[in-house]
Amino acid sequence: MRFTINGSKREADPDIRASLLDLLREEFRLTGTKKGCDHGQCGACTVLVNGRRINACLTLAVMHQEDDIVTIEGLGSADNLHPMQAAFVRHDGYQCGYCTPGQICSAVGMLDEVAKGWPSHVSDDLSSPVLDEAEISERMSGNLCRCSAYPTIVDAIREVHDA
Amino acid sequence: MKTFNYERVASPEAAVAAGGRFIAGGTNLLDLMKLGVETPERLVDISRLDLNTIEEKDGGFLVGALVPNSDLAADPRVIANYPVLSRALLAGASGQLRNKATTGGNLLQRTRCYFFYDTHAACNKRVPGSGCDALGGFNRIHAILGASEQCIATHPGDMPVAMRALDAAVVTLRPDGDRRRIPLADFYRLPGDTPHIETVLESGELITHIALPALPPGARQLYRKVRDRASYAFALVSVAGVIAVENGTITHAALAFGGLAHQPWRDPAVEAALIGQPPIEAAFDAAATALLKDARGHGDNDFKIPLARRVLIAALRDLTGEPA
Amino acid sequence: MSDLAMDAPYRPAALDRAEQGLLGKPIDRYEGPLKVSGAAPYAYEQAPEGTAYMAVVTAAIGRGRVTGIDAAAAEAIPGVLTVIHGDPRMPAGEGNSRAMPAMGSDEVFHYGQGIALVVAETQEVAREAARRVTVHYDEQPGRFDATAVEVQQDHKLGFLPPVNRGDLEAALAQAEVVLDRTYTTPIHFPAALEPHATLAWWEGDQLLVRTSNQVIGGAKGTIATALGIDKSRVRVQAPYVGGGFGGKTGVGQEAIFAAIAAEAVGRPVKVALTRRQTAYMVHHRSPTTQRLRIGCDREGRISAIAHESVAYQNDDSAFLEPVPFGTLPLYAGEARRFRTDLARIDLPATGAVRAPGEAIGTFAVECAMDELAEQLGLDPIELRRRNEPTRDPTTGKRFSTRRLLDCYDEGARRFGWDKRETTPGSRREGEWLIGMGMAAALRGNFTVQAEAEVILGADGRATVKTDMTDIGTGTYTILAQTAGEMLGLPISAIDVVIGDTDLPPSAGSGGSFGAGSACAAAALACEDILTELGLRMNAATDDLRLKDGQVTAGARTTPLADLVRGSPIAAKGKTTPGKESQATSQASHGAQFAEVAVNAVTGEVRVRRMLGVFDIGRVLNEKTARNQIVGGMVWGLAYALTEDAVVDPRNGRFVNPDFGEYHVAVNADVPQIEAYFIEEIDDSANPVGAKGVGELGIAGSGAAVVNAIHNATGVRIYDMPVTLDKLLSSLPPV
Repeated sequence: MRFTINGSKREADPDIRASLLDLLREEFRLTGTKKGCDHGQCGACTVLVNGRRINACLTLAVMHQEDDIVTIEGLGSADNLHPMQAAFVRHDGYQCGYCTPGQICSAVGMLDEVAKGWPSHVSDDLSSPVLDEAEISERMSGNLCRCSAYPTIVDAIREVHDA
Repeated sequence: MKTFNYERVASPEAAVAAGGRFIAGGTNLLDLMKLGVETPERLVDISRLDLNTIEEKDGGFLVGALVPNSDLAADPRVIANYPVLSRALLAGASGQLRNKATTGGNLLQRTRCYFFYDTHAACNKRVPGSGCDALGGFNRIHAILGASEQCIATHPGDMPVAMRALDAAVVTLRPDGDRRRIPLADFYRLPGDTPHIETVLESGELITHIALPALPPGARQLYRKVRDRASYAFALVSVAGVIAVENGTITHAALAFGGLAHQPWRDPAVEAALIGQPPIEAAFDAAATALLKDARGHGDNDFKIPLARRVLIAALRDLTGEPA
Repeated sequence: MSDLAMDAPYRPAALDRAEQGLLGKPIDRYEGPLKVSGAAPYAYEQAPEGTAYMAVVTAAIGRGRVTGIDAAAAEAIPGVLTVIHGDPRMPAGEGNSRAMPAMGSDEVFHYGQGIALVVAETQEVAREAARRVTVHYDEQPGRFDATAVEVQQDHKLGFLPPVNRGDLEAALAQAEVVLDRTYTTPIHFPAALEPHATLAWWEGDQLLVRTSNQVIGGAKGTIATALGIDKSRVRVQAPYVGGGFGGKTGVGQEAIFAAIAAEAVGRPVKVALTRRQTAYMVHHRSPTTQRLRIGCDREGRISAIAHESVAYQNDDSAFLEPVPFGTLPLYAGEARRFRTDLARIDLPATGAVRAPGEAIGTFAVECAMDELAEQLGLDPIELRRRNEPTRDPTTGKRFSTRRLLDCYDEGARRFGWDKRETTPGSRREGEWLIGMGMAAALRGNFTVQAEAEVILGADGRATVKTDMTDIGTGTYTILAQTAGEMLGLPISAIDVVIGDTDLPPSAGSGGSFGAGSACAAAALACEDILTELGLRMNAATDDLRLKDGQVTAGARTTPLADLVRGSPIAAKGKTTPGKESQATSQASHGAQFAEVAVNAVTGEVRVRRMLGVFDIGRVLNEKTARNQIVGGMVWGLAYALTEDAVVDPRNGRFVNPDFGEYHVAVNADVPQIEAYFIEEIDDSANPVGAKGVGELGIAGSGAAVVNAIHNATGVRIYDMPVTLDKLLSSLPPV
């Protein structure tokens, strides 16, 4: 099977039962994508598939033939950070770091949704949502942070959005 | 996870011919397969079928079964015509899950009953005849309406509640090539003695579309969801309402409820208590009384009875009062 | 080696004259770029080629014995390497340096206990094979309802003995006003986002374990004990830990199982618990019943205070929740009684979860104080002020530093406490009832032994080495800041190597003692380096001025690198508790404020504002300290509103052992939260004068929220969490 992962063509022959998350972590050794619950309840495994943020744990690897997958490693590296990664460092939008790659991928995907004009549960006007702190919090609620660095996560995302 | 055969199909016809469990978004099915709650022998991948558009039809809309929840919620036509549907979708799950979960799949989301998820527990829905650990167990999230001695599970969805209030219909393709249109009113079953059979879909029958009819002009819509945290939690009680008032009289009322029953709940008696009445407290009270006349708590979920009453009355007030 | 017992207050002179300006500053995390780019390796990751996968088979009964295991079906699955059970080195539960579980036992102490393991070529095969292992049991009746078992008063569990001072009953009988309330708190899961995970492999007779653990020095000994080998043969690494919260202070079954499995298959083996397994194989916080009795005069002066509780534990474990720990030094009152009784049950182990004692004990005492203030017609802060003790009211010891009154004052001013409606239920905005609440925060401070080595290298860079862990606590960063401050180096010239038991032993991360003790050891090591630099500069150490890699003595300035060229300086520092630690009562303090909105229709509670002011001794890094405090406050919020693990009393199983139904706070539950520090360096605590931060934020924050709910609605709820069903019947009619 072929995938495009972080811009590179990659091939693998995954177990039919393997999730996209396990393919990334165990086969391609892209361990930046984390497993927190394996059941779509924490968001630590968030990656971008064909530009959309999804939980990599709740999808089968075999269903992603030819898909374009971007993981945290594809956004930036330690010495060449993506603006969202840099903002998380600057604002201390993390503590233990385990949920962080998922938070960052989710934030990047979320801002793209905002750019498309997608509303959220807390949008007063479904047709023209305005991204304030409550909107960011709602849209990021699929990413648990047990250290509970939520306020600084919001600060980081807001800075990137406003830039 | 128990292993299975996997086949990706290229057409709805091939899908129904393949003879297996359909998988599209997979957000519910894979969750359950990992726990051993679901153990399909064969998965038929329909995720790449061309069933992901929203088209105008007969004054209403025809939504492809594979339209992701996110896209349906954000569609300008849905926002303009069915804000209750957008709101319900946005109240469900998380951004990531809505990006993957599909319209058809979401209709078939299975219960979040604790004992359904725990493979060591007794559950007639998971293993027919094994009993029900929710009865006599912790049942805070369970049904107060339409339950049976075999099952008190609730349907966990938000979108289907809105669709129920919108009088949506499910369009299917059967293995014999027939298509049929099933009003949502007839789509879901009550648990009765067979809680493992949740819909009227036949073996191999594929949902291809969901039809949303036109609404009466001037109808106001609302979706209100009550849950244990501010986001990313299932409804304890939710209400989808569509109400039209003309010359001081309620002319159209459609009210559906989540969190109360084995299916998105809608009771004609509730609407009968409203239609033809002025939008006043006495009518709201009568509607709430009609809704809950057969309600039965099981201990931990007793609070849902007063909660449903309060939420319904507040919703009716919002739907008929001065626009904010 | 500088070996300093805290026999007297101590502060390195070099810290006072330091010019680098690093310590305390809100600098970005040292390891930040690695974490945000996904490059920081956690226990399960970056395993060697050829690593096999392990899955754990867990007990399907709540109490009894394993009478037989049939692994044939599992072993027949292609890819299965081995199934192991009955090995005498297999523990029945979690172990730590103070207590080991039953070993090699066939006894089932609780549902979900690990009883066998499967090793396979892939994760998928291991998991499926574990499901195919058939276990036969002799099932026995279990005690699954903690409220239905006999309560033992004369137990020996836990580190907190009962306190009885004065004649409590007489004092209560004489008091003009008495409040007598019983509070209950539920089970809390630590629920670190990284599940417990271990990678183990053998090199000859050396065992290497990379594991998700807070206290690796202790883990090394525990693993050696379990396996019956000498400690010198075990090396434990934990460079990154995805959250601990107390749940990773001991060594779980899976870590020992992995070591046994790696030996059996002759390959590295790794395991990560499934989320549902973490509910059973990781300890949780005991539910509690807490009775608070406070007697006072009409002016609110407390004459009697009692905090008596019941917590539970299973037959295989030795911990007991020290419920009144935070109440002991909190308020004045001559007659005092504090005790925690024991209920023995057949459930997974209870253990230390973030702020054991204070997290739930302060909920009860601070809600009680709020209600007492209302009865007296006093402002809740004024009642606390009138009972602020000048010495520890339980031990009589002097306080090291205590700025609680200043925390109240500054917190009240910043929060706008004067705008609180004194009549409950009198502020409404549309459907929402608005209220404010406050509570005191207190967390005992511990001085513990720790060592660190600092090497000033030939290139003029410094390296700090200790076996501390960074579980999100900022250890990497504050160690770098300490060394940079002492040696006059910018943060970019410091390397920090931690998370490996081959390094000097520290206290690990737990009890909020890690930061102060590890940084103290590093500072002491730096003092030795400064002494040597003085010699090399031919100047008195006290005359050295160090900044940005330059050393100045009098009129001479020399690059630090020139002083160490060809001759690096290595020094070790060690700090231990001493007479001063014994002679003083030490704690971190704070004042917590919350504003909530309660929906008058549904009873849903939303926290609109939280604000805290805290006294934590020296602030080592303002950014990471604030983040940790805020995180703790969020825990209090979730304890107040949502977190509640429910046991099925019919069988000892959890009803909600996952993130879907065990509701930790999500982003939308959390408002922007303000936290401020009143800094007073505590020279009695440790040489850097820092006290605990990580646990303090939880103390009192839940009570502030619950008190705000009362202010909003007039309703007092005595059992956590305050879910909407508990409020519904008391709300105004719709």
